[in-house]
This record gives sequence, C-alpha cells and structure tokens, in this order.
Amino acid sequence: MTRWAMVADLRRCVGCQTCTAACRHANATPPGVQWRRVLDMEFGEYPDVQRAFVPVGCMHCAEPPCMHVCPTTATKQRADGIVIIDYDLCIGCSYCAVACPYQARYKTDRASFAYGVATESETKRHDSARLAVATKCTFCVDRIDAGLEKGQQPGIDPEATPACVNSCIAEALVFGDLDDPQSNVSTLLAENQHFRMHEELGTGPGFFYLWDKENET
Amino acid sequence: MSYGPDPWQQAHWDWRAAGNFVCGGAGGGLIVFAALSGAEGLAPAVLLLGGVALVGTGLLCVWLELGRPLRALHVFINPRTSWMTREACVATLLMPITLAAAAGLPGFPWLAAVLALAFVYCQSRMLQAAKGIPAWREPLLVPLVVLTDLAEGAGLMLLAQPTRAAAQPLLLALVAALVLARMLVWLTYRRRLATSAAARALAALDDAGRWLQFAGSWLPLALLALVATGVIGAALAAPPLVVAGVLATGAGAWLKFTLITRAGFNQGFALAHLPVRGVRR
Repeated sequence: MTRWAMVADLRRCVGCQTCTAACRHANATPPGVQWRRVLDMEFGEYPDVQRAFVPVGCMHCAEPPCMHVCPTTATKQRADGIVIIDYDLCIGCSYCAVACPYQARYKTDRASFAYGVATESETKRHDSARLAVATKCTFCVDRIDAGLEKGQQPGIDPEATPACVNSCIAEALVFGDLDDPQSNVSTLLAENQHFRMHEELGTGPGFFYLWDKENET
Repeated sequence: MSYGPDPWQQAHWDWRAAGNFVCGGAGGGLIVFAALSGAEGLAPAVLLLGGVALVGTGLLCVWLELGRPLRALHVFINPRTSWMTREACVATLLMPITLAAAAGLPGFPWLAAVLALAFVYCQSRMLQAAKGIPAWREPLLVPLVVLTDLAEGAGLMLLAQPTRAAAQPLLLALVAALVLARMLVWLTYRRRLATSAAARALAALDDAGRWLQFAGSWLPLALLALVATGVIGAALAAPPLVVAGVLATGAGAWLKFTLITRAGFNQGFALAHLPVRGVRR
C-alpha cells in the first residue's frame, strides 16, 4: 500500500512563503485562499524568545473529521490517504470547515481576482465549479496521478511532486510514501524527533513536523 | 507543552446555522410536549403546527447558509456517518407525520414526539461532531442541547397553554425537572470546558450561562413552584406560567445562539515542541 504524507522540518523553514505562492500558482486559488500557509509564530518573552515558521494546510488525516461529517460524501479519502473533494457533489454547507481542527478549508462565494478585474491568466484558469463549495489542499493530486502514469515517483520526481515541496528553498518540505520504510519521509521520521498537530484529537494527520535530531534530548 | 497563536471565532456558520439549532430545537421540543400535554380539541394541533413551523424555519435558515442551495438534496447521501444527513432524514419524516398528527390521526402525536426526540438528538450530535471547535466537541454538549431543546419546547407549551398546564401537576413537575436538569448539565459542561476552550469563548458562554441559570432556570422554577404549591391560585396561574415559559425558552435559545455565533472558537495552532536550532536551550 501507499500512504502519501508530508514532512515539514521546522528547523529548516525560513518563512519565505514561496510554498504559499507556488501553491497559489499551481492551483489557481483566489486572493485570500491559501491551501498552503506558513504561520509565523513567536513564543516567550524578551529576552527569552523564539520564533518558528510553521507550514500548515490540510493534514490529509487518516481519520478525517471533515469526511465523516460531510452529508454529501463530497469529501472522500483515496486508498493512498489523500483526502479530496468532489466539487460537483458539495453543497457548500461548511460543516467540514467547522469540523476540521486545522482550519484548512475555504469557501469562496464569489469570484475574486488579485487586481479586481481578472487578468488573462486568471480568466483562463478560473473554475466556477470551485465557487461556493469547500476547497482545500489536494497534495497536488493531479500531479501525483499524472506522474505515476508516466512511471515517475512522487516526492522524488518534481513533475509528480506537490508544488509547495518543489518550491521550498530550504528543502524543509518533503513528500513521500509513509508505508515505504525506505522512502524519503520514512527515513526523515526515523532520524528525527517529530510530532503531528493536535494529535490528541485522534485524526491521524498525514503531515509531520520535525523539531530535533533523534536521541539528542 | 503547546505553543500557538490565539484561537479565533469560526466564521463559517453564522446566524443562519444558529437559526437551525434555535428554531429546530425549540420546534422539536414543542412537538414532544404537544404529545405530553394531553391537550384535546384544537390545542394539540396548534402546538404541533407551531412545532413543525419552527422546525421548518430552522431548515430554511440552514438552507440559506448553503453555498449551493440548488443541490440541497445531496444532503441525504451520507447517512452512514453524517449527523447532518441523519437530521435531514429524520426531518423529512417528522414534518409530514407531525402534520398528520395535527390533522387528528390517532397515534400520530406520539410517533411525531419520538421523531422529534430523534431530531433534537441528531442536532446535538451534529454539533458535537465538529471536532474543530472545543466548545462544541465536548461530549456533554449532547445532553445539554437535548435538554435545552426539550426545556424550550416545555416553555413554549406553557406559553401557549398556561391554563391547561396549571391543571396538570405532573406536567409542571416534568417541566421543572427539565429546567433543573438543563441547569445542572450546563454547570458541569461549563466546568469541563474550563481547560479546553478559549478564554473569549468561555466569556461569551458565561454571559449566556448567567441568563440560563438565573432568568432561564431559577426564576421559572420559582414561578412553577408557586403555582404547583397553590401559593398562586389556579385562577391566577396563567400569567406566571407564561412568564416562566418565555424565560425558559428565551434563555435556552440565547445559549444556543451564543454557542454557534460567539463561542465557536477553534483551538488555533499548537506546536508540541519548538524547533531546536543552533545553540541548544
């Protein structure tokens, strides 16, 4: 089996937001919709302060609360763990959005464009099927599927890899198969201490955060 | 240990979603009490029609919330896991059966009451399944919402039929028990939320909770006691019971409205550990 997952190395991320821009470019999301966000978090009080840049988005949970609550089955989980939305089934009730503990879902009721009037590119890429329904990160599932058809390996071959991972200047984001013990993500998880966001909720996120080397604390 | 930015009020569900819980819940409770009141003649029909009108208003509210309202029938697709689908399925049965009950078909008021109970239960589970909101996912929310809905139904029944209710001590005792149980569950629910919900969510809930506790519980209980013990005679019982009904209903509705629109704070983002870079701390 395959379980696609993403790893974010919090020690490497510099908060440049290139992944956010790459995602927006790859998925043509409207202004205000960031399927891949990077939080700029500050902790502590002067002089003992620390800062962390934290990529967030859909965690493609093993037990996605968004899928269970969806009244239409528009939100589905593929066999490879990727959680997707069927825009033609979704009624835009936003139940999934309040069920998601990661604030990963968006609903845009009206078309909006970066400069008010649609640019040529925005006109070409505008998809009215995504209006007034739930949208979120898909792990660039189209790239993955197209790449696999060509015999490429997601996470290794850029053409088959999520746009945010390709764009990361620090190689803080890594994508791969969690079920393959030799994969890039499995190796990183074995060599580093990691956690998942809001693990106590039992959602089983497919998004891991590295925070330190293994056996150093 | 956890770190993270402050939670914020969810912006996906507004007064329209709240309207479904406020109106639908009170309507469901009223249908239950239409059967329990043992009213005869036109009275049960009035209560049942009032209940079905409230349930319908709630569903209309939530329909207005949909991004794609013309696809509303898709809501029936996922009864396997979605409490929203289950609520819709029960509502589809509840409305015609309540209308049949209002038309006087024997046995139907009790069938409608059972379905109304199922309806309010579905609503409570629907809210509790929203894992993103600490104040909603708390398991005690289920009995709190169900009891609030029933107490509101009881309050509306007192409002509509005070004289008849005054003549039924058992019914008054049931109303009092519901109002008291709601308050006790509220206090326990609030205590359990203390460590999980955001401070601003708790502040909003406390505001509504004060109304629920004093105006929505103690005052109605006192008025019910005065009538039940005969301190207020049967001839004068109607006004205090109407007041008790209005207070019990209004406070419950305000609590649910607050829960959705002012206490729906998410839990923000949290890091279990901070990244270790450079000099180890």
